[in-house]
Amino acid sequence: MSLPYHLRIQKRTEEVPRWLPLATSVGAIILAFLISALILLLIGGDPIRTFGYFFNAAFGSWGALSDVVVKATPLLLIGLGCGLAFRMRLWNIGAEGQFYIGAFFASLVPLVPLVDMETTPKFVILLMMALLGMLGGGLYGFIPGYLKAKFNVSEIISTLMLNYVAVFFNNYWIYSEFSDAGFQMTPVFAKSAWLPRLADYAQEVRAFSGITLHLGVVFGLIAAFIIWIIMSRSRWGYEINLIGDNPQAARYAGINITRNVILVFMLSGALAGLAGMSEVSGVVHRLQERISTNYGFSGVIVAWLAKLNPFATILVSFLFGALIVAGREIQPSGLYFFIQGTILFLVISSDVLLRYKIELVRTAPEEAK
Amino acid sequence: MRVIYQKELMTTTPQLRPLHEEQTNAVEMRDIVLRFPGVLANDHVNFTLRRGEIHALLGENGAGKSTLMNILAGLYKPETGTIRINGEHAVLNSPRDAISRGVGMVHQHFMLVPTHTVTENILLGLDDPGFVMRLPRYDQKVAELADKYGLKVQPTAKIWQLSVGEQQRVEILKTLYRGAQILILDEPTAVLAPQEIQELMETLRLMVREGKSIVFISHKLNEVKQVADRLTVLRKGKVTADGINLEDVNKETLAELMVGRKVIFQLSKKPHTPGEVVLDVQNVSALNNRGLPALKNISFRLRQGEILGIAGIAGNGQSELAEVITGLRPCQGRILVNCTDVANQPPKRAIDQGTAHIPEDRTGVGTAPGMALTGNMIMKTYDRAPISQKWRISYTAAREFASNLKEKYDIQAPSLSTQVNKLSGGNLQKVILAREISGGPKLIVAVQPTRGLDVGAIEGIQNLLLEQRDNDSAVLLISEELDELLDLSDRIAVIYEGELVGEFPAEEADLKTIGLMMTGELRRQE
Repeated sequence: MSLPYHLRIQKRTEEVPRWLPLATSVGAIILAFLISALILLLIGGDPIRTFGYFFNAAFGSWGALSDVVVKATPLLLIGLGCGLAFRMRLWNIGAEGQFYIGAFFASLVPLVPLVDMETTPKFVILLMMALLGMLGGGLYGFIPGYLKAKFNVSEIISTLMLNYVAVFFNNYWIYSEFSDAGFQMTPVFAKSAWLPRLADYAQEVRAFSGITLHLGVVFGLIAAFIIWIIMSRSRWGYEINLIGDNPQAARYAGINITRNVILVFMLSGALAGLAGMSEVSGVVHRLQERISTNYGFSGVIVAWLAKLNPFATILVSFLFGALIVAGREIQPSGLYFFIQGTILFLVISSDVLLRYKIELVRTAPEEAK
Repeated sequence: MRVIYQKELMTTTPQLRPLHEEQTNAVEMRDIVLRFPGVLANDHVNFTLRRGEIHALLGENGAGKSTLMNILAGLYKPETGTIRINGEHAVLNSPRDAISRGVGMVHQHFMLVPTHTVTENILLGLDDPGFVMRLPRYDQKVAELADKYGLKVQPTAKIWQLSVGEQQRVEILKTLYRGAQILILDEPTAVLAPQEIQELMETLRLMVREGKSIVFISHKLNEVKQVADRLTVLRKGKVTADGINLEDVNKETLAELMVGRKVIFQLSKKPHTPGEVVLDVQNVSALNNRGLPALKNISFRLRQGEILGIAGIAGNGQSELAEVITGLRPCQGRILVNCTDVANQPPKRAIDQGTAHIPEDRTGVGTAPGMALTGNMIMKTYDRAPISQKWRISYTAAREFASNLKEKYDIQAPSLSTQVNKLSGGNLQKVILAREISGGPKLIVAVQPTRGLDVGAIEGIQNLLLEQRDNDSAVLLISEELDELLDLSDRIAVIYEGELVGEFPAEEADLKTIGLMMTGELRRQE
């Protein structure tokens, strides 16, 4: 006991100040960049130039910014879905699979085609695709939800495994039925199955030329608003919160847990499915083997970083979109994953600050005995 | 201090030592201070345990009794203060230090491995036996020790096969085997039937005759009067009575020392005529969580304006009985609440029939600990007007509802948005009661409604239950406190191993018969 100070860690007994969660998250992100800077220094890089380049690549032009939003869109939708499930402590890490199945279902409209692609109004086609995408993702969420609710099958395992099933299910149809001349992709969708992009209006507004921003982001924003309403204003949201806090108490209060587990899983899956639709219809314009760059898993991180808050999810997915876009420009490409991992690690660790008070106290002089 | 003491020892002449030893106290704790976040658990506490006495440590929940004894057992370190054990200055950094000085503690929650035998549990953590265990030899040793103190238990039995009382004996044996001279028992009678309590008392007296010293933590005045030689009372971390002789005080004074004000032991129970049958349980059987029969063919009726008390030792099917009535556990048979069968129906069915449930487990079942006060208050009414408006919840109405209840039931909480895990046990229970009673229930299933609460809170909650009875609610009161059952109930039924083995009007009930029925020694001839 020679140190004049020591750390005292105490459980918080009083309320956490409202600003603290935000402060710790922002602090954690800044710290993550500082640590990344240190690593860059150690490997002989120049952190200031690197981050400057990072910043430019993500926010340097309207085109770059639009790219960021395009990347953020699926993350937002998936992050919202995961956040909803996490509120109920359902660890849905199957968004990747639900995304693929949603993309597949949506693609059926132009690929089969389910309706005449020439004569049907564009908004009807898009609406059908969006609904089918959500249906596909929802059904794919139903499977782990049902297994969890009825047989208490661990959703972590079932959703993780179903991800692989979804990828290969997709591949099967891409290769066997819809292949474009034997390549691992389907033919390009008819134009009527494309989500409108700003670039489509380049003739009216010159500045829009080459801007790939598409309507999907609006889906994301609307979804964020709806989820917020559900969680903080509706009866269903109250039930979800209660189950999340204490399922025993929820059962005692007369809430049907089985039904809610299944419904929440389906909605969570539907949002991932909608992300899949938005991606094939707004970006790729065809179904192919790798339409997701791990969106399903990044979405889990996004949801956590946003502390399951729908509006914070918008901000965090934007930040992650920026990281993805900037990460493309940087070699070695691992840096992006490194920063992402560091952020996640620090933000989750920073929760300690919310639950415990850490104080530096002067060590009392040893009692005279 | 320590150095000086050693000098003293050296100067003490050998002839004087036995006398000196006789005079030293077993334990002397001086000026103990320990702070927990937000509370001063021990505020300059002094405690003296004489050699060869049974010393009761009395106080309400949260008064700091267990904290003080956990310090003596080496689990907590005091911020200031000194401890002397057998006259020697002791620094206790871990339970190991305490054990080496002959201090052993039997905790309220047993620390036993259910799948191991009695002997294995007793040997756990010891260096002897070594890698190769020759268990029969140790079984013999354990049996001898058990015999010496009248602690009947089979050394080769597995813990899960034992009753709670037997498990407690194992815990006591564990400390004796480790050579404890100073024994701390934390609320040892909470889990025992009256007869078992008597046996425990016998054992304690035997141990004292052997020269051991015992600290007996309790908040039950009757027991303390019965067994202890002297007592120390704690209130809110401070000593209010320091080692007084029991002959010098009466029950009322003790209660006052504990609570800090006069306590009335008389409940205002008015005569009341029961009305219609509200609850009709017909031939109900159910399994417990381990899939073993917990309820065997139980039938009874409960009327309006009547309190039926269910007496029994913990784990004889009481929890399961409450759960089948409230729809939380499947069962066989019929359970009619207002003539509607609620057996094997979702909990909602019973709730809609006007069933209120005060569950045994306040934080695990009765509340959502991380949710705010408002969220917890509306748990049973969130789907009804005015709080529910179509699909949405009016949080304005919810806050108003919660704030009314908070005021009416005098719930101490900083605000309506305080998470309920920040509330004290008494206030938490008030939250549950306020919520459950506010709906004007026809049937109240109350399980251990006053367990762990302080004397003041108990009084309030018991009066609330009586008030509901006078308002023509039917109350099923499941409790392990016989005094409480006798005070409140109109009728008392005894449950043993999942069967109702007897039933009396409260006036005719006597403790001895109930006690014998609770342990299965007696059942009413029908």
